[in-house]
Order: sequence, then C-alpha cells, then structure tokens
Amino acid sequence: MTALRNVAAIFEKEWRHYFGSPIAYVALFVWTMLFGVFFYFAFTFFLEQSMRVSQQGMEFGGGMKLSLNEYLIRPIFHNMAVVALFVAPMLTMRLFAEEKRQGTMELLSTAPLTDWQIVLGKFLAAAGLYALMILAGLVNVVLLFFYASSPPEWKPVVSGAAALFLLGCCFLALGAFVSTLTRNQIVAGILSFCLFLGIWTLSWLDNPMAGPVASAVAYLGVTTHMEDMVKGVLDLKDVFFYLSFIGFSLFLTHQSVESQRWRA
Amino acid sequence: MIEVENLTKRYGRHTAVDGVSFRVEKGEILGFLGPNGAGKTTTMRILTCYLPPTEGTARVAGHDVFKAPLEVKKRVGYIPETPPLYPDMAVRDFLDFCAKIKGVPGKERKARVDEAIEKTRVGDVRDKLIAKLSKGYRQRVGLAQAILNNPEVLILDEPTAGLDPKQIIETRELIRGLGGDHTIVLSTHILPEVEMTCGRVVIINKGRVVAEDTPGNLTRRLRGAGALRLEVRGEESPVEEALRAVPGVLAVKARAAHDGLLTVEVEAEPGRDVRADLAWAVVTRGFGLLGLQQVGMSLEEIFLHLTTTDAAAAPAAVPEAEVSA
Repeated sequence: MTALRNVAAIFEKEWRHYFGSPIAYVALFVWTMLFGVFFYFAFTFFLEQSMRVSQQGMEFGGGMKLSLNEYLIRPIFHNMAVVALFVAPMLTMRLFAEEKRQGTMELLSTAPLTDWQIVLGKFLAAAGLYALMILAGLVNVVLLFFYASSPPEWKPVVSGAAALFLLGCCFLALGAFVSTLTRNQIVAGILSFCLFLGIWTLSWLDNPMAGPVASAVAYLGVTTHMEDMVKGVLDLKDVFFYLSFIGFSLFLTHQSVESQRWRA
Repeated sequence: MIEVENLTKRYGRHTAVDGVSFRVEKGEILGFLGPNGAGKTTTMRILTCYLPPTEGTARVAGHDVFKAPLEVKKRVGYIPETPPLYPDMAVRDFLDFCAKIKGVPGKERKARVDEAIEKTRVGDVRDKLIAKLSKGYRQRVGLAQAILNNPEVLILDEPTAGLDPKQIIETRELIRGLGGDHTIVLSTHILPEVEMTCGRVVIINKGRVVAEDTPGNLTRRLRGAGALRLEVRGEESPVEEALRAVPGVLAVKARAAHDGLLTVEVEAEPGRDVRADLAWAVVTRGFGLLGLQQVGMSLEEIFLHLTTTDAAAAPAAVPEAEVSA
C-alpha cells in the first residue's frame, strides 16, 4: 500500500515536471503534428489508390475495395514507430541525470523509498505521457470509424497501438537506464538515441534468406516484433519479448541506481 | 538514540572515515566538528543510509542503517550541505511532495506542511518557485523538508553555510528550539556555532575522532595548558626572571604595554594552578600586580591544537586519551 503510494508520489512529481516545463507540450505537439501529417499523406494516397482500383474495377468488372487497415493505418503505425525513436530520449534523458546534477537524488535516497519505487515511478511517468501521446494521435484514426463508408476493423488498430506503446516503452526503459549513467542530460539523450538506433537496425537483418545467427540477432530488434501486431496478429511471444525487454531494462536501471551508492 | 561503532568508509584506497565511534542520547544536540575533508559528510551520509559503510555498524533508534534502512529513513530528517531542492517547484508543492515520499498520511499532510513552513519562517515565499529563492530561504526550505515528518533524529550538514549573520542567528535559534524533542547531529566548521548550540562536541580529523566532550569541558580540560595573563608594573627582564622561577611555569613572555606597564603571558603545566604562586612571586619582589587573568583556550585554539598534525605541535597537544576519556 505504501509502496503504491510512493510510486504514485514519484509519478506525480515527474508529471508535474513534464507539464510544468515545455517537455510535455513539445513532445505532444511534435507527435500529434507528425501523426496528422502522416495521416493526411497516407489518406490522400489511399484515396488515389482506391479511385484507380475502382476505375479498373469498372473497366474490367468485379470492383474491389482497398482495406483502410492495410493501406492507411498500418503505414502510419510504422512511421510513428520512427517518431518514437526520436521522442523517447526527450522523455527519458533527464529522469535520473537531472536528479544527480541537482543533488536531489540524495533527497530521494534518504527518504523512506526503495530504489524500485523510484525507478518504477519514473518509468511509469514517462510511459504514461507516451500513452497520452498515442491516444492523442489516435483521434485521427477514430474519425475514420465515424466517416468512412466501410469503417476499418478495430482489432488491428488496438493491437497496432499496443505494439507502438510496447515498442516505445522499451525505448523509455532503456533510456531511463542510460540516464542513470551520467549527470548530463544531453549526453544521456544522445547516448540513448544512438542505442535505440542500434537496436532498431538489428531488425534489418531479418529476411527469409538470413542464417541462424542473423535471425537470432534480428530477433532482438525491437521492430521485428511489431510486424505481426500491427497486422492484427496478437502473438504472445511478441508481447512477451517486449515485456521482458522492458523488465530487463528496468532491472538494469535499478542495479545502476543502487550501485551508484556503493561507488559514490 | 544514535550508536556508531567503529565505522569505516573507504573509497578505493582513500579512507574517508576510519574507525569512528560515538553515541548520541535522546534529545541531545551533538556538534560534529572538523576541518573540510575530515569525514563529517561521509559519516552523516552513512547515518542517513545514503552510503553503506565499509566496516563497522551504525544504529539509529535501534535500527541498523545497513540492515533496516527503511526504518532508519523514516526516523531521520536530513539536510545535505547543499539542500536538495527542485528549482522548478514552488515551495509549498515541494514540501507537499516531500511529505508524500516521507509517508505523512494524507489527512495530516496539509497541517504538517503548514507547520514546517511556520517553524522555518518561509511563509512569505510559500508560493514562489524555489529557483527564485535566495540562499538563505533555500537553506530554510531544506530545513523545513527535514522536519516535515517530525523525525526523531535530525542530521544537519553545515546548516548555516552561506547564510548572512542575521540568518545564521535565526537558524541557530531554530535548531536550539528543535533540540529536546529531536535528537540532532549538526556538522560545522564554525566553532562559535558549536559553543552556542551543542551540548556535546565530537571533533573529527582525517576520519578519526580526536576528542569528544562538552564544549565547556573541552575548554576546561585544556585550560591548564592555556595562558595566564598578568599585568605588572616593573622592568621587563627581572619580571620575566621572577616568574620563570615559579614551579610549574613552562614559558614566560613579557611585552611592554602603555604607561610603563607590562603584559606578561605565562604558560603553565597542564592541570596545575599556579596563580597564587605567580602573585606571590610578583608581590614579594616589589613589583606591582595590577591584574591576573586566566586566558584559557578558546574552542578555536583547542580545535587547531587537535587537528593540526604538525609533528612539532603534537607534544603540546593534550594526549588524545585524556580528552576523549
């Protein structure tokens, strides 16, 4: 009970910081604007394509409809995953680095809190803001359900959003860990970004011709596990991969916070 | 309330705290005195569970800092040397956050925050951002944070550093007011502060305890080694000679003052009262004795005595065992 209250106190403090400074607004602005832009372009492209398809259908008979899920929503989720790569360091770089620089880590460490409560409170705050960003972006998609003549399927939208959320959380958890390594936010930000990019590229190794080593390495790439979920296939092994990635990163964060006291 | 036994902290090869032991009773204000880098902050950080000790044990209110850190943290209020504050928070919000993480129950929180604001007199800045506060106010907000959950033990690392004289006096009064209800450990390198606020002093140097006693006792014990000052009418060298002949006198130094008077500084053997003999010596030789005064060592001199590791000065210092007995 007290544990929950402590996590909530840290969470609230971090949110206060996000919204008391430009960070939350910049992140929300960049995210929703890009979501809108991608949505607009994907939408125009979709309209052109469906016009062409229906023309062909009239000429050759047997008209077919393009799927909104496949041609509109899925590419947006992929694009937003790239945006998450850029936005995540913004949310995590200061989490621990700033506390260390300000000396406020000493306040948290001498309060009756455990290191896990601090780590979880901070991670959940970042994940919460990120979830809010995803929800704000999804407004575009929700409009489709109201105005499209044949509305998209909702299940792939939900599983795609979940994939985007889990992918982002991997970055956030890893970013939190990087932030414990330095007192300098900028260093933490740049390091996290490079690390995310490195992990991202692992999935490029994923192709049908890949040997066993390449496939194993590709398996660690965070985007590899997004593919099926965005298509609407919710495979437990993908969810499990993301959760263990997040769990392991948070474990590293915790160990790092704890060990700093031994080395201090 | 606080029991520290044989506490040692090593950073790599450097030993910051070396076998320190002391006890603090309930309601006592203990001054922790030492030059910069003596190990004060490290000891305090161990007491607040911020750092683990390399060897030895420390118990606060019966709980071991290493084995039951949460129990200790609940009972300790701490201000590090630079108070840890979030510059982008308003004073009240900051204190509210601190109350939450210190486990102050929701119903009492507002009352406790108000009480701490009142006690530390930060009421007129309660809605200001901490970034905009002066050093003095920040220090007080730090203190407010430490007393929020009414802890049994307060650990204050140089609470008056960087304050102006008026603020220093206010802070000392505040600390003295908190003693009794709270057990306080206060570190400083300002000596008058210790004399004014603390019931007992632990002097630490290079990680070791070199003396432990009340400020009064420390001064008294060392008084024997301190100087006596005489005002004498007479010639310089015969007076010096006469006083040197008195048994128990170690050194005599006469200086000509105004109106043909001499000021004579006499250093006597520790613990031996030579005042009557000195007076007798002066008067029987026909000099005029106008004044005889015990100068005594100030805490400052004792401190220098104990913390100067100059080999030449060492024999002059009172043996360690005698002081810390």
